[in-house]
Amino acid sequence: MENAIDLDFTRNVIDEFNGAPSAIIAMLQEIQEKYRYLPKEIFPVLSRTTGLSEARIYSLATFYENFSLEPKGRNIIKVCDGTACHVRKSLPILERLRAELRLPQGVVTTGDLEFTVEVVACLGACGLSPVLTLNGKAYPAMTPDKASNLLRSVKESEVPRDA
Amino acid sequence: MKGYMTIDDIPVEIHDERNMLELIRKAGIELPTFCYYTELSIHGACRMCLVENEKGGLEAACSEPPKPGHKIRTNTARLRKYRKNILELLLSNHNRDCTICNKNGECRLQSIANKFGIKNIRYINTSYTPEPDESSASISIDRSKCILCGDCIRVCNEIQNVGAIDFAFRGSHMKVATAFGVPMADSPCVGCGQCAAICPTGAISVKNSLEAVWTDLLDKTTEVTVQIAPAVRVGIGKHLGFEDGKNAMGLIVAALRRMGFAKVFDTTLGADLTVQEESREFLEYVSKPHDLPLFTSCCPAWINYVEKRHPDLFPHVSSCKSPMQMFGALVKEYYKDNGKRHVHVAIMPCTAKKYEAVRPQFAKDGKPVVDHVLSTQGLIHMIEQSGTRFDTLEPEAVDNPFGIVSGAGVIFGVTGGVTEAVLRALSEDASNAALLATSMAGERGMEGLKEFEVEHKGETVRVAVVSGLGNAGRLVDDIKSGKKSFDFVEVMACPGGCVCGASQPYAPPDVKEIRGKGLYSIDKLMSCKRSGDNPILEDLNEGILKGREHELLHVSYVSDGKHGA
Repeated sequence: MENAIDLDFTRNVIDEFNGAPSAIIAMLQEIQEKYRYLPKEIFPVLSRTTGLSEARIYSLATFYENFSLEPKGRNIIKVCDGTACHVRKSLPILERLRAELRLPQGVVTTGDLEFTVEVVACLGACGLSPVLTLNGKAYPAMTPDKASNLLRSVKESEVPRDA
Repeated sequence: MKGYMTIDDIPVEIHDERNMLELIRKAGIELPTFCYYTELSIHGACRMCLVENEKGGLEAACSEPPKPGHKIRTNTARLRKYRKNILELLLSNHNRDCTICNKNGECRLQSIANKFGIKNIRYINTSYTPEPDESSASISIDRSKCILCGDCIRVCNEIQNVGAIDFAFRGSHMKVATAFGVPMADSPCVGCGQCAAICPTGAISVKNSLEAVWTDLLDKTTEVTVQIAPAVRVGIGKHLGFEDGKNAMGLIVAALRRMGFAKVFDTTLGADLTVQEESREFLEYVSKPHDLPLFTSCCPAWINYVEKRHPDLFPHVSSCKSPMQMFGALVKEYYKDNGKRHVHVAIMPCTAKKYEAVRPQFAKDGKPVVDHVLSTQGLIHMIEQSGTRFDTLEPEAVDNPFGIVSGAGVIFGVTGGVTEAVLRALSEDASNAALLATSMAGERGMEGLKEFEVEHKGETVRVAVVSGLGNAGRLVDDIKSGKKSFDFVEVMACPGGCVCGASQPYAPPDVKEIRGKGLYSIDKLMSCKRSGDNPILEDLNEGILKGREHELLHVSYVSDGKHGA
């Protein structure tokens, strides 16, 4: 796991976009792809090279739900709560996952950084509802029990990590 | 002429107005706005300037160009309803403790709500009540009063290029914040206070030291002296029934004496000392090979900017203390064996002075030499609280032994003034013709950046005068990249200089210019035009300052002591 933040990686990303301030969102996306969140340490580097203030970059990072300033788990579960999934009972699935992972209110990532459980507004796969994704792979027609089984299988490493 | 627009049935000629709002105001109609300023980019957030077109469509006047033949109305039943509704919504989540607010009586939200007769708010307050951020020595931040107009963000980014704050989060969670929500004092904020000056509510306000000054002033065992900065005398007027730009110094002195200040002094003498030291330093600086110019050091927000953004520039920043700190050091020295507890107050147009005063570099025996920095606005309140009727006062002179000041020192309060004062000092010709020529070298005027060359003893001196930190930042970049090259650069953080400081009562750009011109008029009436001709300097140089110029008049902002002489 990459705990130390490699600023050279950030510099390479910035170079890739020639440090253009207009490309800041693309840069943030690439950096988030590597670390699964936006480490605080990258902000001064981004600010110096793009000329955007740290406050402005923070503004962008907090505006878009997709960016995270907190480290995320190795496994990311996105539970869809769009209209179709919601009426087909997505919330009990979410509640089961959160209960099994013992996530307190307002916390989405487990203390051991193994799992992050997020709610998304729509995955665009209403035909599969209620649907969730685990590390980018969609799991259709979920139930709370199926979700529990999925969690167990991940913990037993039956699903490849970082898929 | 580019045609007409019809506003409330009145034809109005279009010239070069940038938007309909300017045209409407030209027609003598005062549309209310919270987020529109001529000097900032257009945000279009407050929606108070909505107008109705012929087809019943609504347009935000600030964001639409004037269109020939277009017919609009600015005051219909529908617009009135909408404006009142916007105000009600703004007020619903607003902390309405108006009577104990720093901006009580000077708040645009309060005044517009009053004009529109808002008496009842139908919506409940659903906002949280955040803790105020008091970490900065210069400004207070109370987000419970923020209406998210974004004025502070735009002035901080566009005009000052500091970028300490921006919007963070979104929707109902949106707020004005520093990166990662760190306290203001730990952010890139330099304390220029322009955000507080432009804030239409009490969300950002200038720190107030009024009570501390009163406490010392009314304590019989304490002797309180005071110094008044040049810009204050031309900015205080309007609130006390006096004109902006007119010299109110004599009346301020009289008012302060009535309130109980033991001695009243003029910071301008500190400016005269600055000129003496800085011109000496400049001649030494240019006699050696130099890639970078000598930057002035009078402006504390500029010093903060260098410290946070360009610390590598410090070896090229003049080692002179600011006039306030020079004068403070002098006064503290003069009163040291007085036998009585001595407190020194500085009345300043500047918010960053509040931090400068408590900087450890200026402390004497662990205590600041300037005990309290009072803003121009604070002075107005103090005069009002004291019950003194300003209009009944007779002008009085400042006290000896610091009673004589020069015109060169007075113009320190406006962009280009420090440069002109130094140029006067460098010129050996003291004739009126020479003074006039110096005044026309290119340093005068409210432009953000002025570049020119002057001759000194057969050598060409390349000078830049810059005001507004955005302009200063761009100039520094150009100098560092080698695109531009100068010998002397004057920097003032506030656009237009100290007369436009954030501690002065808020004024639009045209009034700020009048204040600047006011200082030049005062200079004209001075018999002593050049700092070097001030007879007091000789006494000081031979007396209190003898052998101690370095200790009392110079400073190093970097800990290794490399900075400065």
